[in-house]
Amino acid sequence: MEDEQSFSDICGGRLSLQRRYYSPTCREFCISCPRLSLRSLTAVTCTVWLAAYGLFTLFENSMILSAAIFITLLGLLGYLHFVKIDQESLLIIDSLGIQMTSSYASGKESTTFFEMGQVKDVVINEAIYMQKVIYYLCILLKDPVEPHRISQVVPVFQSAKPRLDCLIEVYRSCQEVLAHQKATPASA
Amino acid sequence: MVLKAFFPTCCAAADSGLLVGRWVPEQSSAVVLAVVHFPFIPVQVKALLAQVHQASQVGVAVLGTWCHRRQEAEESLDHFLEGLGAIFFHEPWLQLCRERGSKFWSCKATRRQGPGRPGAPCEDQVMLVFYDQRKVLLSQLHPPAALPDRPAGDAAAGAGGLAAVFDTVARSEVLFRSDRFDEGPVRLSHWQSEGVEASILAELAKRASGPVCLLLSSLLSLVSAASTCRLLRLWPLPFLWSKLSTCGQLRHRLEQLALVFSTQKAENPTQLMRKANVLISVLLDVALGLALLSWLHRKDRIGQLAEALVPVADRVAEELQHLLQWLMGAPAGLKMNRALDQVLGRFFLYHLHLWISYIHLMSPFIERILWHVGLSACLGLTVALSILSDIIALLTFHIYCFYVYGARLYCLKICGLSSLWRLFRGKKWNVLRQRVDSCSYDLDQLRLLVVAVQGLIHVLVDLINSLPLYSLGLRLCRPYRLAAGVKFRVLEHEAGRPLRLLMQINPLPYGRVVHAYRLPSCGCHPTHSWGSLCRKLFFGELIYPWRQRGDKQD
Repeated sequence: MEDEQSFSDICGGRLSLQRRYYSPTCREFCISCPRLSLRSLTAVTCTVWLAAYGLFTLFENSMILSAAIFITLLGLLGYLHFVKIDQESLLIIDSLGIQMTSSYASGKESTTFFEMGQVKDVVINEAIYMQKVIYYLCILLKDPVEPHRISQVVPVFQSAKPRLDCLIEVYRSCQEVLAHQKATPASA
Repeated sequence: MVLKAFFPTCCAAADSGLLVGRWVPEQSSAVVLAVVHFPFIPVQVKALLAQVHQASQVGVAVLGTWCHRRQEAEESLDHFLEGLGAIFFHEPWLQLCRERGSKFWSCKATRRQGPGRPGAPCEDQVMLVFYDQRKVLLSQLHPPAALPDRPAGDAAAGAGGLAAVFDTVARSEVLFRSDRFDEGPVRLSHWQSEGVEASILAELAKRASGPVCLLLSSLLSLVSAASTCRLLRLWPLPFLWSKLSTCGQLRHRLEQLALVFSTQKAENPTQLMRKANVLISVLLDVALGLALLSWLHRKDRIGQLAEALVPVADRVAEELQHLLQWLMGAPAGLKMNRALDQVLGRFFLYHLHLWISYIHLMSPFIERILWHVGLSACLGLTVALSILSDIIALLTFHIYCFYVYGARLYCLKICGLSSLWRLFRGKKWNVLRQRVDSCSYDLDQLRLLVVAVQGLIHVLVDLINSLPLYSLGLRLCRPYRLAAGVKFRVLEHEAGRPLRLLMQINPLPYGRVVHAYRLPSCGCHPTHSWGSLCRKLFFGELIYPWRQRGDKQD
């Protein structure tokens, strides 16, 4: 079962949340961030090339122009491969664990998986970010040896930064799966 | 809890039979290792499992049945398979079934004794996780950094279910040794059943490594014995050996080679990786050194270098003489009384004169010396760089002497000034403060340049020494060998059917590879960071460029 809804992020940009219910114990949430806009790309390229041309008229060295082109290309490739995240997804599987995937614009995917034994809870936290107060979803991890201490707090959807309405949807579904997992503890 | 069945992808096309593997009750997961095909004799199957259990300490048992239907409605096969549940008793009994050509499976896990209802059988929900047996066998899981208040040995035991899966597959290598061409009593299907993997080169290398290691380790022990002989212990030779970075680098290399060629087998994968890293690093070093050697000895570059050395030395001496003349005069200068200025200036000029005469005396022999020193590059690029660093240190020794005299005087001045400052603090502006010596900065600039060059050389040597090249190469070419964890992908799903997941290996990021397998450096680099260096220069504390880490402080 799949459905798609449109939300907005903390800066007002448009996000789309895709929910897939594979089974009562396995759910996936994908948030797609807005793509790289042609306008900003053109603006940055023009600025860099104008600056390079200014330096060229000052120093009369054509290496500056080729260097500027090289830098723009490398910068764009580096940005697409290391910085620009297109889609972030959260896969929660009862009795296995929670998996977070970020897909970059160049196609690279970076995945982190937390086993269910390590996961204590999924909560929505409040934080002060610059001049705003924002909400973010995070996974609380515990150490299996000391189950009462929280060893790590892992924020989810860090680059998409959706607003509270989107987070509440994801939170509710995660809590259903976690409640199901807590209701049927491991058999001896 | 949902029952997780880890099924190898290689067995998905196998014929019907029995599922053999390990049951992990804490995680409620069944790790299927192989499929036993018909016809078999139950006694022989049990004997094989007992054998595997003894050899590998893994609790292998028959977990259930696997049915791969070729035609529609094979009822007799179903009854037969159910009957097997009576012969091989296991709780819970797993029944996996797949239709030929269909992507969807059906799974059942039955327990004879349900919780709270003795006597009545109950069914568990099953989740299928496919895994690549070969990759999981060869992979090494790297858990995130262990907590500081727990000993590292606990990490493997306390880790989650996935570490148990990796551990089970890795330790059951004994089960995978037979393939379908063997004439054994039991026919198995696993990742090696089409033919056991082996490489001729690897086998030959294994056979040859024994005698080669023995020979090389005896040679190395001879060399280290020779270096500790009585002749070389006469003072001042040990003092010299400890100060030169070349000797330190050579000693470090000797230790590393002794480690690589030792006849002891590596105890755990970390030691094996370290040996491999050291070997590849030494080989690369020697290759780069040989390349440098061939470049130097081509087109008479050594002769050109030797010819350029004397004019450069003359030029430096001339500049230093100008500087000293300027220092002896007014208004800037050594700023002590006139007679003392003249004495110090003349003292330094005499040093310079001695040094220049020495260089001119040595000039006919420089080319020979450089040629022989250049030959040392075949021991490795790091050795050549260390020698270069030592030569720079020796050639600029006179500048170091000037620096020491100047720095000591400057330090005395600063101490005097600071005590006066404490006396006059808060009262009125102190005219004395304007008497800040500027001469020390000029000497310091030259000293700073030399120290910076030496520092760069040491950083390069350190980099070549400590980079784990074998691990990085492994991460690049066989990323599944170094695993940071796993990732799951949900396969096509139909409502009412069990959930199917594909488990893949998540490779370790490059930063963590370097951090985990970095080789210990020999400590032949300066003890200061750039910040402490600047601080020492400003306050006039002496900088000792040859002090190693761990030496007693002054």
